[in-house]
Amino acid sequence: MATVTIGKKACAINPLKMSQPIGGAFAFMGLRGAMPLLHGSQGCTSFGLTLFVRHFKEAVPLQTTAMSEVATVLGGYENVEQAILNIYNKTKPEIIGICSTGVTETKGDDVEGYIKLIRDKHPQLASFPLVYVSTPDFKDAFQDGWEKTVARMIEALVDKPKSLLRRDPARVNVLPGCHLTPGDLDELRTIIEDFGLEPSFLPDLAGSLDGHIPEEFTPTTIGGIGVEEVATMGYASWTIAIGAQMRRAAEAMEKKAGTPFKLFERLCGLAPNDEFIMFLSEISGRPVPSKYRRLRGQLADAMLDAHFHIGGRKLAIGAEPDLLFDLSGMLHEMGATVTVAVTTTQSPVLERIKTGEVLIGDLEDLENLAKARDCDLLITHSHGRQAADRLKIPFYRAGFPMFDRLGAGHQLSVGYRGTRDLIFDIANLIIADHEQNHQPTPDTWRSDADGHRGIGHAATTH
Amino acid sequence: MSSLAATIQGVFNEPGCAKNKNKSEAERKKGCTKQLEPGGAAGGCAFDGAKIALQPLTDVAHLVHGPIACEGNSWDNRGARSSGSNIWRTGFTTDINETDVVFGGEKRLYKAIKEIIEKYDPPAIFVYQTCVPAMIGDDINAVCKAAKEKFGKPVIPINAPGFVGSKNLGNKLAGEAILEHVIGTEEPEYTTPYDINIIGEYNLSGELWQVKPLLDELGIRILSCISGDGKYREVASSHRARAAMMVCSKAMINVARKMEERYGIPFFEGSFYGIQDSSGSLREIARLLIERGAPEELMARTEAVIAREEARAWAAIAKYKPRFEGKKVLLITGGVKSWSVVAALQEAGLELVGTSVKKSTKEDKERIKELMGQDAHMIDDMAPRQMYKMLKDAKADIMLSGGKSQFVALKAAMPWLDINQERQHAYMGYVGMVKLVEEIDKALFNPMWEQLRQPAPWEKAGESWQARAIAQEAAAAAVLAADPVLAEKARRARKICNCKSVDLGTIEDAIQAYGLTTVEAVRERTNATGGCGACSVRVEDILAAMGVPADSAPMLVAAE
Repeated sequence: MATVTIGKKACAINPLKMSQPIGGAFAFMGLRGAMPLLHGSQGCTSFGLTLFVRHFKEAVPLQTTAMSEVATVLGGYENVEQAILNIYNKTKPEIIGICSTGVTETKGDDVEGYIKLIRDKHPQLASFPLVYVSTPDFKDAFQDGWEKTVARMIEALVDKPKSLLRRDPARVNVLPGCHLTPGDLDELRTIIEDFGLEPSFLPDLAGSLDGHIPEEFTPTTIGGIGVEEVATMGYASWTIAIGAQMRRAAEAMEKKAGTPFKLFERLCGLAPNDEFIMFLSEISGRPVPSKYRRLRGQLADAMLDAHFHIGGRKLAIGAEPDLLFDLSGMLHEMGATVTVAVTTTQSPVLERIKTGEVLIGDLEDLENLAKARDCDLLITHSHGRQAADRLKIPFYRAGFPMFDRLGAGHQLSVGYRGTRDLIFDIANLIIADHEQNHQPTPDTWRSDADGHRGIGHAATTH
Repeated sequence: MSSLAATIQGVFNEPGCAKNKNKSEAERKKGCTKQLEPGGAAGGCAFDGAKIALQPLTDVAHLVHGPIACEGNSWDNRGARSSGSNIWRTGFTTDINETDVVFGGEKRLYKAIKEIIEKYDPPAIFVYQTCVPAMIGDDINAVCKAAKEKFGKPVIPINAPGFVGSKNLGNKLAGEAILEHVIGTEEPEYTTPYDINIIGEYNLSGELWQVKPLLDELGIRILSCISGDGKYREVASSHRARAAMMVCSKAMINVARKMEERYGIPFFEGSFYGIQDSSGSLREIARLLIERGAPEELMARTEAVIAREEARAWAAIAKYKPRFEGKKVLLITGGVKSWSVVAALQEAGLELVGTSVKKSTKEDKERIKELMGQDAHMIDDMAPRQMYKMLKDAKADIMLSGGKSQFVALKAAMPWLDINQERQHAYMGYVGMVKLVEEIDKALFNPMWEQLRQPAPWEKAGESWQARAIAQEAAAAAVLAADPVLAEKARRARKICNCKSVDLGTIEDAIQAYGLTTVEAVRERTNATGGCGACSVRVEDILAAMGVPADSAPMLVAAE
């Protein structure tokens, strides 16, 4: 049982957290033909947009209601109306997803009310998919924005099944958390399809932000799940939710369509994937394909090879709750000690993290604690780069954003194969660090006057 | 907030801004904030602009007072470089929560300042106001004042909440803040007759260091660079410089002009992009310093350095001439807006398409800058498949641009080079221009393109996405040609002047009906070009397309 502590500083230094409206917008990016729209000042959008573009190295659709000071005070009805009309006319989207921001929430804009008025006034929008989510910046974090938005999508876009007899035994819904990459989703799709099942991913970032060259050029998302497919998700026989953040969405699906769900809090590591594969075998009625028997063996072998390096490492990790739970769990199972864990927001998984204390804090906390507790492996998103430089310990980039390395969209953590590759990547970082910074010297084991060993440690090789 | 409103109005009245000077009293009152279009805008906010302008000050703690979005989504995202402190890259924010929104965030802000001083002890703290605390009435000026008195350290309020306007306005408000609170508050340790300020240079990718060695060689000291690789103390004592260079953009014109007014520091507007501009700027620095009392011999030494550097640069570029024979560049930029980039590219034997240059008077340079700026906007508005068609039509071999156009260019298997602010390489000064040419060479002759341009082996001719994109564009044009009602609608829908919201149809009809021949006449009839004026180029194009002999003799013609 970990205790969850909330940081008490007045000043967040080197934030780990990002805001929930862009987490919400991110979820909308997994819908085909979508244009996410932030209801706020244009900076709210442009900062988020830059972050996504730098992470994915792709053109990213994201619009703004461009609220001025005057509009903010008077209320944003006209800006919302004009933004929706402009997007509708110019980019011909299939759906517009609207998230509020701190500015418009402080004023208290009633966007649901606005949307009703706009639908009445403009008949062409009467049944056009417009989904609104309330996501003030001054509450919660990125992951919460995603969680709320996916749940809202289900409430707004999934049709109630007309007859439960029409439930399709081969169809499964997959509700992935925002900690999974487009590459992870493709891996999951392959695994699920190998059991003869037909998955519908909501949201499906693999279709929109995997970097493919689009069939049609469009200013909206270039792929993802279509609104019409979302509407029929109620006919699936199962919902698979990945990450505790997706419980809310899975429950919304169950409530709307009666679809039973199974929540996988983790998909990184041997045991979580055993559970996942057996579940697929069970619901599909098929034996586990030989490919997965082989992949399981490969993962087991990778764990054997890597435990020499990962075992005993003192891990400092900063990530949003579900990613933190998943990665720290896997590394704990590989013999690492989760020495420092910092996260962004509350979650039921936090107290089950295999460490003494989980701190809701920032990267300054992560860095200071890592230093104080002598950690020798750092995992967090790209903003940890400055801390890693100062700490001089191996740094594995995980989570969003990853703007200073390529391939963020294809980094894997799920499945036997994804876990295998992740273990190799981390172990190799540790090996390289050992080679560069920790070669033994004649003084490594020499004791000083007080009996301290290792007085020549590391410093001699710099 | 009333003082903020006054400051904004003051910025709009900036006499140093040529655009403002050409406006009527009423126009000026409205300010130069472009009407932001909901659902069609993509720029940064005023807070973004203020932070961009000041964050390169390396030893200052930049504290953002607001919810997590303002700093959490944006910190450490600038390519400026520091030769010393790294505190400017540290993200500081009050990360205000719901309780603060209800009860006010001033206490948290004060505590945050205290924590920063205790932990980091920077020479100064800049406090940036954002929308939410501005709405709930947090008075950052008062908090900064109290903190300054309590801690005996400069705590500077930067009042530019996002919703007051654009990034550009934020740049200027940042300038106002340092004019009011920083510049002239300290004295330099010593002064020399060779002290200059460089204003509006951010040292992106360390590009200032491509020029600094030359200044060092000439004995010219950068007393203060505002703000690239700058230090608080340097800015505070920058009022003792003899002369100033305002780099390129209009972002900090108010700082340059007011420093001239208050401290008698003459300035010129120059650029270090391109060979000729670099030489021009060096000469101008020497001239101003001599005017202010530096020895005459500085000019001869400057000329010697210029001659040597030019010779080296041209010699380095000449090597590429045979390789670049017949290669075409499509240059679309709002970023490196210098005419002399064009000149250097031409000198390297590259042909420019999309924009071509016939004469080279000073006015032409202005026009080219403007035109390129327009193109940059145009391309951001473009549907990607239109952009793809444009690339094909231009028959260019490489595209130089900034912004999101890169993804379409690259996906169209078009060599592309980043010349916007996130670029990896530094292109300033003589060495920078050679670097640019080298990078173009690398991009152009990468063998990868050949493979990428081959369709997948299972694709049939005419079925590739490229062919489809072209076909769709052609189909869309054919539909318009066949359907006069639709064509009329399209004509009405195409905005030419964004400020005054005037469409193509209105302008064409007015030209037809009243026999208009000049941009001025079009403005009188339709109001088009009556706002920021940047669309005059488009109106000229329309006049030309309608067979009106252009009496203002456009010096630029589209190559196609």
